[in-house]
Amino acid sequence: MKKRFASLLLCATFVTTLLAGCGSGDNNSAAESTQQSGAANTTEATETAGGEQSNAASGQVYYLNFKPEVDGVWQELARKYTEETGVPVKVVTAASGTYEQTLMSEIANAQAPTLFQINGPIGYSNWSEYCLDLKDTELYSWLIDKDLAVAGADGGVYGIPYVVEGYGIIYNDSIMQKYFALKDAEVTSIEQINNFEILEEVVEDMQERKEELGIEGVFASTSLTPGEDWRWHTHLANIPISYEYADKNITDTDALEFTYADNFENIFDLYIENSITAPGLLGSKSVDDSMAEFALGKVAMVQNGNWAWSQISGVEGNVVQEQDVKFLPIYTGMEGEESQGLCIGTENFFSVNSQASSEDQQATIAFVEWLFSSETGKAAVTNKLGFIAPFNTFTDEEKPMDPLAQEVIRYMNDETKESVIWNFTSFPSQQFKDDFGSALLEYAAGSLEWDAVEALVIERWAAEKAAAQ
Amino acid sequence: MQKTLKRYFSIFVLPTLIAFSFAFIIPFVMGVYLSFCEFKTITNATFVGFENYIKIFADKDFINAFLFTIRFAVVSIATINLFAFALALALTRRIKGTNLFRTVFFMPNLIGGIILGYIWQQMINAILLRYETTLVANANYGFWGLIILMNWQLIGYMMIIYIAGLQNVPTELMEAAQIDGATGWQTLLKVKIPMVMPSITICLFLTVSNSFKLFDQNLALTAGAPSKKTAMLALDIYNTFYGRSGYEGVGQAKAVLFFIVVAVIALSQLVLTRRREVEQ
Repeated sequence: MKKRFASLLLCATFVTTLLAGCGSGDNNSAAESTQQSGAANTTEATETAGGEQSNAASGQVYYLNFKPEVDGVWQELARKYTEETGVPVKVVTAASGTYEQTLMSEIANAQAPTLFQINGPIGYSNWSEYCLDLKDTELYSWLIDKDLAVAGADGGVYGIPYVVEGYGIIYNDSIMQKYFALKDAEVTSIEQINNFEILEEVVEDMQERKEELGIEGVFASTSLTPGEDWRWHTHLANIPISYEYADKNITDTDALEFTYADNFENIFDLYIENSITAPGLLGSKSVDDSMAEFALGKVAMVQNGNWAWSQISGVEGNVVQEQDVKFLPIYTGMEGEESQGLCIGTENFFSVNSQASSEDQQATIAFVEWLFSSETGKAAVTNKLGFIAPFNTFTDEEKPMDPLAQEVIRYMNDETKESVIWNFTSFPSQQFKDDFGSALLEYAAGSLEWDAVEALVIERWAAEKAAAQ
Repeated sequence: MQKTLKRYFSIFVLPTLIAFSFAFIIPFVMGVYLSFCEFKTITNATFVGFENYIKIFADKDFINAFLFTIRFAVVSIATINLFAFALALALTRRIKGTNLFRTVFFMPNLIGGIILGYIWQQMINAILLRYETTLVANANYGFWGLIILMNWQLIGYMMIIYIAGLQNVPTELMEAAQIDGATGWQTLLKVKIPMVMPSITICLFLTVSNSFKLFDQNLALTAGAPSKKTAMLALDIYNTFYGRSGYEGVGQAKAVLFFIVVAVIALSQLVLTRRREVEQ
C-alpha cells in the first residue's frame, strides 16, 4: 500500500513538473521572442539607412493566396522571384470559401503568413491587430486612386487594393447572333437589351427556342452549393443594396431595409427558371460547373466577373471563341437602369502581417513592389493573372488582353454608362452571406417563400451588424 | 517481478504520459482557459469570465444542432447495433465464404470520413436527380443520408466486435441449452446475449461517442445545409469558431460544454451496461 502511494506520488510529481516546465517554458520563449523582435527592430532601424536590399534578402515571404483558380500562376511567380533575388517565397492557397478559416489558423503559427489579403473595411476590423501601416511604402504611392485603400481610424493605410475587377452577365455573342437572326426574335441586336423588361423577354424567348439555338438553357447553373454561392449572396445582392445606399446617400448601414428586394427576386427568378439545370438541383452545382457549361457552349449567359476568363479558357474542349465573350450589365428592373454599367470595384486588398519579424515585413513589401513594378512581375500580373492593376506603374499598353478585362475597360471608359460600386465590402459578415445563400438555396428548392428570404436578409443583417460591434 | 514492475511503474509510464500531455492534457487545459477568454488567435487572449457561456444559450443554431445530434444519435445507435449484431449472428454460422463477407463488411471502415461523405453525397444526389431535387434541399434528406452513411461505415467494425464476442460463448453452455430443449430464440436471448454483454458495452460506447462527435461525414455530406438544419454539434462548434469574427471564445465555450455532455452520456452508458455483464 505504501509503495503504491509512493509511486502515485512520484507519478503526480512528474505530471506537475511536466506541466510547470511547459508553462514556464512557454512564458520564457514568448518573452524571448518579443525581446528578439525588439532587438531586430533596433538593428533594422540602424540598418535601413545602410541598405534595404540586404535586409530584405534576409527575410522571407509567405503569401496566403485567396483565389484557387490562379494558384499555379502564383507558384510560378514565387519561383521566379526566388530565382531573381534569392528570397524564399512560399505561396499557400486556401481552398475555395475557406480563406478566413485558413488565415486564422495559419496566422497563429510560428511561420505565419507575411502577406495576406483582407476584403475591405469589414476584413480590416477583423484583422486590425495584424495589419501593418503601409502608408510609407512605394506601393501606396503608386496607387492611382488613394481612396480605394483601406484606411484606419488613425489615418494609416492597412490594405492596398491590387486589382480592379468588374462583373456582369457574361454572354456568348455567337449564340446571341444566332438568336438575333431567327425569325421574329424579340430584338435584333445586343444594344437593344438595356433594361430588365427586354432582357426578360429575350431570355424567355431564347429558353423556349433553345433547340433551334443549339443550347440546353439560357443561363448556366445558379450554383447554390454552400461555399459556391458567392455570386448571388454577394455579387448579385450588391446591386439592389447599392441602389438602396444611393437613395439614402450612405455607404454602410446597421439596418438594411432591402428596399429593392423585388428587383433581386426579378433577376434571380430569371436565372433559375431559364437555366440549364432544374431549380431543385441547383444545390449540387459549383461555380466550376457553371463556367464549364458556358465554355462548352451549352448555355448563352452566365453571371460572373472578368476573373472567370481563365476558367472559361481553361475548360477542356471549350468551344467559345475569344471574340464572342462579352459583358452585359445585370439589369434588375430599376428605374433608369438603361445607363447602368458593370459592377466595378475590388475586395482584394494586400495586408502585411504586423506581427511578423521586420526582416520578413521588408522582404514582403519588396516582393509586392517587385510584382507591380518589374517587367517580369508586371507581365505576369497583366497577362497571367489578368489583373487590371490600379497602379500608375502600369502603362496603357500593360492592360490585360483577355476579352473580359477588355470589356471591363470598355465599360469603365464609356461615358454613358455608370458603374455600380462594390458595396458588398460593407456586408456585415461571412455568416450573413452564408445564411443568405442557404435561404436562396431553400427558395430555389421551393421550401421557402420569397417573403421569408427577404425577412431573413433584413433580420440577419441587423443581427450580424450588432454582433460585430 | 511484481515488485520490480511497481518500482519502475512511473518510468514505464513516462513516455506515454509525455505524449498524452502534449497531445491531450495541455491543449485541453488551454482550451478550458480559452473558453473564458475573448481572442482572435490563441496567442493573444483576454479574460472575460462567463460571457461566452451566456452567449451560447442565446444561440438558436446551437440548440438546433444539439437536438439534431440527439435525434441522430438515437436512430444511428439503434440501427448500427441491430444490423451489426444480426450480421455477426449470420456470419458465425459457418456458411461458405464467411471470411470474405467479413472482410467486405469491414472495408468501409477503412475509408476516411471526408471521402465517404463526398462519395455518398454523389450517390444520393444521383438518385435524387430523378426527382429533380438534391440532398441539401431538405433537412430530412440530410438526416437520413447521414444515418445511411454512418451505418454503412460502422456496421462492419461493430460486427467484428460482436463476432469475437459470439465466438467466445462457451460451447458447454450452448450444448446444455440444446439438451434442455431451448428454442433458437431462447438460446439467443438467455444465453448468447448475456454472454456477449461485454461486446455490447464496447459497441454501445463506440457508437454513442462516434455519433456525438461526428464531424467529417457531416461536413462532407451536407455541411449543415440547408440553413444549418443538418449541422451537428461538432460542426456547429467549428462554424462558430471559424465562421464568425469575435465568436472564437464562444466556440471554445461550446466545445467545453460539448465535452461535458458527451462525457456524462458515455460514462453513464458504460456504468449501466457494465452492470448487466455476467462473469463467465
